[in-house]
Amino acid sequence: MKVKMLSRNPDNYVRETKFDLQRVPRNYDPALHPFEVPREYVRALNATKLERVFAKPFLASLDGHRDGVNCLAKHPKNLATVLSGACDGEVRIWNLTQRKCIRTIQAHEGFVRGICTRFCGTSFFTVGDDKTVKQWKMDGPGYGEEEEPLHTILGKTVYTGIDHHWKEAVFATCGQQVDIWDEQRTNPICSMTWGFDSISSVKFNPIETFLLGSCASDRNIVLYDMRQATPLKKVILNMRTNTICWNPMEAFIFTAANEDYNLYTFDMRALDTPVMVHMDHVSAVLDVDYSPTGKEFVSASFDKSVRIFPVDKSRSREVYHTKRMQHVICVKWTSDSKYIMCGSDEMNIRLWKANASEKLGVLTSREKAAKDYNQKLKEKFQHHPHIKRIARHRHLPKSIYSQIQEQRIMKEARRRKEVNRIKHSKPGSVPVVSEKKKHIVAVVK
Amino acid sequence: MTANRLTESLLALSQQEELVDLPKDYLLSESEDEGDGDGERKHQKLLEAISSLDGKNRRKLAERSEASLKVSEFNVSSEGSGEKLVLADLLEPVKTSSSLATVKKQLNRVKSKKTVELPLNKEEIERARTPLEQEIFNLLRKNKQPVTDPLLTPVEKASLQAMSLEEAKVRRAELQRARALQSYYEAKARREKKIKSKKYHKVVKKGKAKKALKEFEQLRKVNPAAALEELEKIEKARMMERMSLKHQNSGKWAKSKAIMAKYDLEARQAMQEQLAKNKELTQKLKVASESEEEEGGAEVEELLVPDAVNEVQMNVDGPNPWMLRSCTSDTKEAATEEEDPEQLPEPVAHEVSESEGEERPVAEEDILLREFEERRSLRQRSELNQDAEPADSQETKDSSSQEVLSELRALSQKLKEDHQSRKQKASSEATVPQVQREEPAPEEEEPLLLQRPERVQMLEELEKEECFQNKELSRPVLEGHWSEKTPNNHPDAPKEKKKKEQMIDLQNLLTTQSLSVKSLAVPTIEMLEDEVERNQRQMIKEAFAGDDVIRDFLKEKREAVEASKPKDVDLTLPGWGEWGGVGLKPSAKKRRRFLIKAPEGPPRKDKNLPNVIINEKRNIHAAAHQVRVLPYPFTHHRQFERTIQTPIGSTWNTQRAFQKLTTPKVITKPGHIIKPIKAEDVGYRSSSRSDLSVIQRNPKRVTTRHKKQLKKNSVD
Repeated sequence: MKVKMLSRNPDNYVRETKFDLQRVPRNYDPALHPFEVPREYVRALNATKLERVFAKPFLASLDGHRDGVNCLAKHPKNLATVLSGACDGEVRIWNLTQRKCIRTIQAHEGFVRGICTRFCGTSFFTVGDDKTVKQWKMDGPGYGEEEEPLHTILGKTVYTGIDHHWKEAVFATCGQQVDIWDEQRTNPICSMTWGFDSISSVKFNPIETFLLGSCASDRNIVLYDMRQATPLKKVILNMRTNTICWNPMEAFIFTAANEDYNLYTFDMRALDTPVMVHMDHVSAVLDVDYSPTGKEFVSASFDKSVRIFPVDKSRSREVYHTKRMQHVICVKWTSDSKYIMCGSDEMNIRLWKANASEKLGVLTSREKAAKDYNQKLKEKFQHHPHIKRIARHRHLPKSIYSQIQEQRIMKEARRRKEVNRIKHSKPGSVPVVSEKKKHIVAVVK
Repeated sequence: MTANRLTESLLALSQQEELVDLPKDYLLSESEDEGDGDGERKHQKLLEAISSLDGKNRRKLAERSEASLKVSEFNVSSEGSGEKLVLADLLEPVKTSSSLATVKKQLNRVKSKKTVELPLNKEEIERARTPLEQEIFNLLRKNKQPVTDPLLTPVEKASLQAMSLEEAKVRRAELQRARALQSYYEAKARREKKIKSKKYHKVVKKGKAKKALKEFEQLRKVNPAAALEELEKIEKARMMERMSLKHQNSGKWAKSKAIMAKYDLEARQAMQEQLAKNKELTQKLKVASESEEEEGGAEVEELLVPDAVNEVQMNVDGPNPWMLRSCTSDTKEAATEEEDPEQLPEPVAHEVSESEGEERPVAEEDILLREFEERRSLRQRSELNQDAEPADSQETKDSSSQEVLSELRALSQKLKEDHQSRKQKASSEATVPQVQREEPAPEEEEPLLLQRPERVQMLEELEKEECFQNKELSRPVLEGHWSEKTPNNHPDAPKEKKKKEQMIDLQNLLTTQSLSVKSLAVPTIEMLEDEVERNQRQMIKEAFAGDDVIRDFLKEKREAVEASKPKDVDLTLPGWGEWGGVGLKPSAKKRRRFLIKAPEGPPRKDKNLPNVIINEKRNIHAAAHQVRVLPYPFTHHRQFERTIQTPIGSTWNTQRAFQKLTTPKVITKPGHIIKPIKAEDVGYRSSSRSDLSVIQRNPKRVTTRHKKQLKKNSVD
């Protein structure tokens, strides 16, 4: 008698390793998977809620300075290294992974006004209230060597800022004028002035490397071409600009941090109208730095908060604050676009995540896929009222919150007055000025 | 003396039944002399004794037997005295002056005259003596116009019943709207009245006066009769002003000015102005005096007196421009509504009696309606006195004329509210004391005639015939009225009917159940009430002449209603328990068994709103989750909806598609430094763009030469 048996090849169903995922056939017929919109909506809602649940942006506080932190600089080659200058003339170099200070230099008498690294990352420059420009080696002195600068340039006036060229051995300082220096010389190659006011900051354009921008206390932003002996053009705003920062991905775009609580993103080709006015701060904006992706920037304000703005939005997407953080003087976005550092009055440097709810560390591919999917869902349903409400909700300290309310009232009153004025005067006699144009006084070429 | 008294009292007694409303005390307790009191009582006793002789109603006389010091006011008894004690007796002064006696006599004489109760008794109505009257009564009977009673004719009743609930509701809603509008208007008026500024009021008053003057001027040109009426009103206002003693230099202000006038030029001027105004006001107008002069004289002249009836006569003489205009507008309307040659009004130069009714302008309809209303009110009043129906009312076969009349009546019913006040006024006028009526003053009679319809005039005519003898004066006039009025009813009718049809058409458009409205052949729809609304509808109709929006809307609504109704579920499976095959239908029993009837949902919110579709699909719970405003980058809601409807999850997409769909725009690797973009990365040379500001500034000047230069620069 012959017995017939069912037999299957185990190769077809037995996994070789436990990491082998078995192929599961799936029928994608939409009729079999109904309610796609409601299901995705619920997923989006959950993702948004989870985002808020996991939003814990604060990572570390680097303490060690004995005075307010006045300036910060990133290492161009090393993500873990950060340099900071304090109001007592001390410069510290930090290791972010260890969250420790690895070197301390008493660089200047009085404030360290500016600090910048050379593009190769071997040395850095500082300027201080003692009218000197000093170049330091990035590495510490060897055993038994004394801590002293590579070069020291004695200037005639106080320098308030410094920035290094992105490719060449040239740096620029600002004070009463903008000086462009060759590293090898003790005298500037050229100095440019436009007006007589003190210039607070100077920045090289990272893409069009010959271009510089500076802002002075006579409320203007001046653009220079290094190759020309004279400035290119300037724009005068209603109030003074504290710093500017160039977009590292778009050559013509820069953002100015203004005293009137706003930030202005300009296209340098059309300075008469800012591309965007970013408003959310309730006090003077002191510093601004772009994310290396060029999509967002971070701003530090006197109102003790740090805000992150998308370049194309006028409202911030995020606000960071802690109870102990005082007026934030300087802020930097790290070169891998994941972290934000801010130095504040109360002597600490704080490290934040750029995306508040982002998971740190290595992600598995499924985690990554889930993260991407959730991100897309949030994007897709971002206009739905419940999701929008949850995503926008932020806790604010009482001072900022009440200030916002107050300023809203003031703004509304101004707007109403303007509307009334237009309404009750002869048509056309009162011009309607857009919010963007309102803050620009003039453009001079 | 006593004899006189006797006759008087007897006379008074005889009249007692008729003059119930008259105060009796004057008649019964007249005592010219105090001394007569005793004699009178004796006389009364005698009378009583005589009357009690027949033994039937002998009354025990309650004599006051003993004198009491206290005469309480509560114990006053009239027993025994034989005469009724009335309150007026007690109120009367003890001694009346003899000088009033003559007046009283006169009064008595007046009262003794046979009076005519205004709502005429049956006999008086039916006593149609003159041929004219007979004709009229015949006419009325023929048309089944109830002479005495009823509020509603049978036809009217039928029409009322025919009015559907829906229709009634719509009508009620309209009325509510009208009321709301009125309240808004009132609120506005109140608000304006509250304004304290004297200057404002002065300006407003001046403006009003100016406007009135202007209107009057225009009216004088267009319609002299109405203007005359207006003038009379003005005159009355002037009289009121005069009576109010304003501008008499007696006020506080005037006195103060008078003191100041000696020293102050301005004050003097103000005083003079005031005096001038006073003079102007106290001076009588010319027109009024003229009419007084003509008082007794020519009745023919009376035709010039402003009268609603006279308008028609004026029309006879020549075409009135005002009437002509309205007439033409009427024809236009008719032409647009329906191209019926019959409906077109005949030219003006027609036979008088025929053309009159046709050419009557729309405004005159109002008058006509009022007439009918008056007639009804009159009928009601007569009903109070006697409820006898005209027994011998002929059954008329003339159905067309009957219909016409019923239509008119329905119209008048609609206008009842509007004319309520006027009606009351008319009725009050109807019961004017007889004294006034006795005086042969056509001057005073005329205003009555003016406001009253022909019917009343007719009745008054009858009265007049009885009261005084100068028939020959008034008769021709009234006859004239009648001869012109009677034909009016008939020629008017077709026009009215036409109007009606037009209105029905509009209504038909605006109600969902057009059929039910059509069935309302009897015109219960009001037409004149909301002219405004009609005009608006007309405007909408004109604006969307090509496409029938209203009908489309109704269709849409019907569809929406249908769609929102829950559907029945049919669960029958063919072939179960019976033969199967092509062309076989499941049995009715089975179908009935497996048909699940959908429960009738809640009533639609827009059930009673013919002009509204309320979408009931909207779910408020879901709405909280829905996007209200189209987000920025999208230009059409469809685009947005499409992005939402496309699922991106792996549940609905293949793995590859899912990955593609979820890839973020910017991917950064942790631990990698992102360098600023370089010109080379995006494919252009850095230096050539370095001074872009130059290029941007004058892009046209960037010639090849310039570019070369730039290139050279970069090479360097």
